[in-house]
Amino acid sequence: MQQLVNTLLGGLTLGMVYAAFALALVLIWRSTRIVNFAQAPMAMVTTFVALRIIEGGHSYWLGFAAALVAGLVLGAVVERVLIRPVEGKAEINAVILTLGLFIVLHALAAVVFGNRYRSFPAAFGIRGIEVGDTTIALTGFGIFTIVAVLVVMGLLVLLFRFTDLGLRMRAAAFNQEVARLLGVRVGRMLTLGWALASLVGSLAGLLIAGGSLVHPGYMDAVVVYGFVAAVLGGLDSPAGAVVGGLLLGLSLSLVSGYVGSQLVALAALAILMAVLLLRPQGLFSQARERRV
Amino acid sequence: MLEVRELSTSYGAVRALQEVTFTAPRGEVTAVLGANGAGKTTLLRTITGLVRAQSGSASYDGRELTRTAPELMPGLGIAHVPEGRGVITELTVEENLRLGGLGRGGRVRPEELERIYELFPALADRRAALAHVLSGGERQMLVLGRALMAEPTVLLLDEPSLGLAPRIVAQLFELLQSLVVEQGLTVLLVEQNARSALSIAHRGVVLSLGRVVVDERADVLAGDDQLRHAYLGF
Amino acid sequence: MRRLLGQPLVLALLGAVVIIVVLTGVDDFRAVQLTQMAYLGIAAGGLTVLTGLNGQISLGHGALMAIGAYTTALLLQDDEPTLPLLAVLVVATVVTLVVGAAIGVAAARLHGPYLAGATLALAVAVPGIALYFGDTLGGEQGLRVRVPDPPGWLLDAAYFVTGQDLTPSTYVAFLGWFVLVVTYVGLAHLSRGRVGRRWRAVRDDEVAAEVAGIALGRARVSAFVVSAAAAGAAGFVMAVSVRLAAPSGYSLTLSLMLLTAVVLGGLGTLSGALVGAALLTFLPQVITDAGVSAGLDDIRAAELAPLVYGLVLVAVVLLAPAGLVGSLRLAWHRLRATTTSKGAT
Ligand SMILES: Nc1ncnc2c1ncn2[C@@H]1O[C@H](COP(=O)(O)OP(=O)(O)OP(=O)(O)O)[C@@H](O)[C@H]1O
Ligand SMILES: [Mg+2]
Repeated sequence: MQQLVNTLLGGLTLGMVYAAFALALVLIWRSTRIVNFAQAPMAMVTTFVALRIIEGGHSYWLGFAAALVAGLVLGAVVERVLIRPVEGKAEINAVILTLGLFIVLHALAAVVFGNRYRSFPAAFGIRGIEVGDTTIALTGFGIFTIVAVLVVMGLLVLLFRFTDLGLRMRAAAFNQEVARLLGVRVGRMLTLGWALASLVGSLAGLLIAGGSLVHPGYMDAVVVYGFVAAVLGGLDSPAGAVVGGLLLGLSLSLVSGYVGSQLVALAALAILMAVLLLRPQGLFSQARERRV
Repeated sequence: MLEVRELSTSYGAVRALQEVTFTAPRGEVTAVLGANGAGKTTLLRTITGLVRAQSGSASYDGRELTRTAPELMPGLGIAHVPEGRGVITELTVEENLRLGGLGRGGRVRPEELERIYELFPALADRRAALAHVLSGGERQMLVLGRALMAEPTVLLLDEPSLGLAPRIVAQLFELLQSLVVEQGLTVLLVEQNARSALSIAHRGVVLSLGRVVVDERADVLAGDDQLRHAYLGF
Repeated sequence: MRRLLGQPLVLALLGAVVIIVVLTGVDDFRAVQLTQMAYLGIAAGGLTVLTGLNGQISLGHGALMAIGAYTTALLLQDDEPTLPLLAVLVVATVVTLVVGAAIGVAAARLHGPYLAGATLALAVAVPGIALYFGDTLGGEQGLRVRVPDPPGWLLDAAYFVTGQDLTPSTYVAFLGWFVLVVTYVGLAHLSRGRVGRRWRAVRDDEVAAEVAGIALGRARVSAFVVSAAAAGAAGFVMAVSVRLAAPSGYSLTLSLMLLTAVVLGGLGTLSGALVGAALLTFLPQVITDAGVSAGLDDIRAAELAPLVYGLVLVAVVLLAPAGLVGSLRLAWHRLRATTTSKGAT
């Protein structure tokens, strides 16, 4: 019983991170019909920026903030310089481009920051909280993770639902041509969308790194989990991505706890294939048939 | 006054517009007619800069439009309602309207929305609904309302009657006419439905294979059996 | 003469002669490198058929190679081989082909980014299987592969033809290139024939292909199966060459390397895939040496090569969508067109 509770609590924390990462993928997919496979190494690079700052003797929070800003800037630059030329071209161009970027960032991080595993600090305790005389698997940092993701999601909802900028961004994502005719600077909106997505990805990277080890490949599996979570939610729906992330976090946590942690990625693959073949529009969308 | 001068453009080898020249006077409805593929949509898209003009110009009150980015059109008072209506179905009715208002720059005041809801009461009931659920007629009202939110002086409409029942078309054109009278709008009305369009238009321009073949007063065009049979098929 | 040279079989024979001449002269180090080029080339050839001719992308071909390699390793555990090496090759290929068919059936219904994501998941998931079944598959350390000695008649024949003794490394290099030539002849035949026309038709225009009576699903699955079989054979060569099948060898990196080879080669020509494989094999040393002499330590300098590939991948998409070989070929055609037109006037 206790093991189940702990497994589920671990799954919840992990699920929040996957949700954030999936959200980043969805934000980009919605506006540019591109799956940003380079999201993982982009987040990794910004986490290393934070690590540099923290190791340089500055506070954790300065590193944290710097990583988020770095994410914002990196997302904008990537969209402007690399993605803009392939927008609207054959899908395979963008896929190969983001994979190329994946390789570049990986190698660059290894050259600049080195290829070893390094420990990354956590802002809060990483020991389980004690309830009575049992320790449950919810850590201080775990609570921070959940809160941080919820706050960011709340801010995104506020931005997209209740501001003029958010309305413009959504219009640009849904119908570029009509948005342009209505005076929306579509190019700027896409850049901003990538920047925000990359910021959310960076947050996920920081949260996964907290209290654990980082190296250039530490986010690679997460891009897969984020993708699976996003597809679970329909790839088009931010809310779906969040629910998909939580579901996936819980499922993978169960697999890891009861079957074996080595099979987590395989379980994710199985879930992905099941969704794509049985319910390609995602679990929660009422939308019409989608071509996957 | 909207002035189109020797405007030409092509898609690869297809010459979609060939030295198109005409003027649409201020406060009048100018109907642009012609068969499928005549170049009507291309004409509007070239004017607002969605399609690059190869040569020639289109200007409004002396301001060149074809080499101005489409994003700047609302700021110049030009609203282009594209073919196939162009409601953004993922947004609500009200969000579509607000978006129209944003194009002019600055914030959208509630009174402006109310004005549109008065004009189109059907939209008022559905303001919080996704535009996805609207009927064809309601969508047409929505895009027209959205265009009006930007308080334009020029309205470019691409086949607003497409797929609408005759009664709705009649209402729509009536409304359009009253808007022209009340607000002094300059309207370029692209239509397949030549008879209805000419009934509210002051002038008629007929395109064929990308060229202007007729540029006449609307009543003359509608009354000339030979022209009607040759180009308009009614 | 040109017609004759264009025939795959004739090309293959010519290739075989070149291979014998080249492999005879090289030391063991080069032989190992050439074997690497062979297995990368085999897998990239298969991937090129899939991506270039059929328009499907796969980031999971490294995982398919792993299946071929582990099959090989499982069959070559004992000191006394139970099966001759060529039989092992056949089994490894068939096993991968079967797995590829299962994946291909699922993949046939996906396109673009969805397919990329699913095969990416495959690439990340498969190494975990080797870890989970550590008892049979050797876990992190992997399985050692015992390569049987070359048969006596082959040693004699090799000595007779080349005048030298066959070292184990050159033996494996010959084996690898033999597999490559056979694979390429097969792939070339398929892609020139009816099957290949169908693949291209599906790639170019699904609707038109369907109207023309081509079963889209079947065309896609068959492309995937053929390409998986090539990956299986490549996995065999890799296992025999490295003498080990371990998860670290078949990480996502390998899958991305294969894709790089195919893109560098211009998506769709076997010669391009081979050039891509050659670049991936021989360029790293050059780049790493340059890095070391520029003052980087060895470990960091080793990362320069992937950095360059990644940059080239990005540059190819942005600047030369036909790939390096494709672009060179275009330039060559243009050059020839201008010179012949000059010659005519
Ligand atoms: N994007 C495009 N690419 C290539 N050719 C095009 C494109 N858009 C239009 N055309 C061609 O240009 C010509 C004019 O098309 P256009 O859409 O302007 O006609 P239209 O008068 O609006 O027709 P309809 O009444 O059917 O809407 C046609 O021959 C059409 O096939
Ligand atoms: Mg039209």
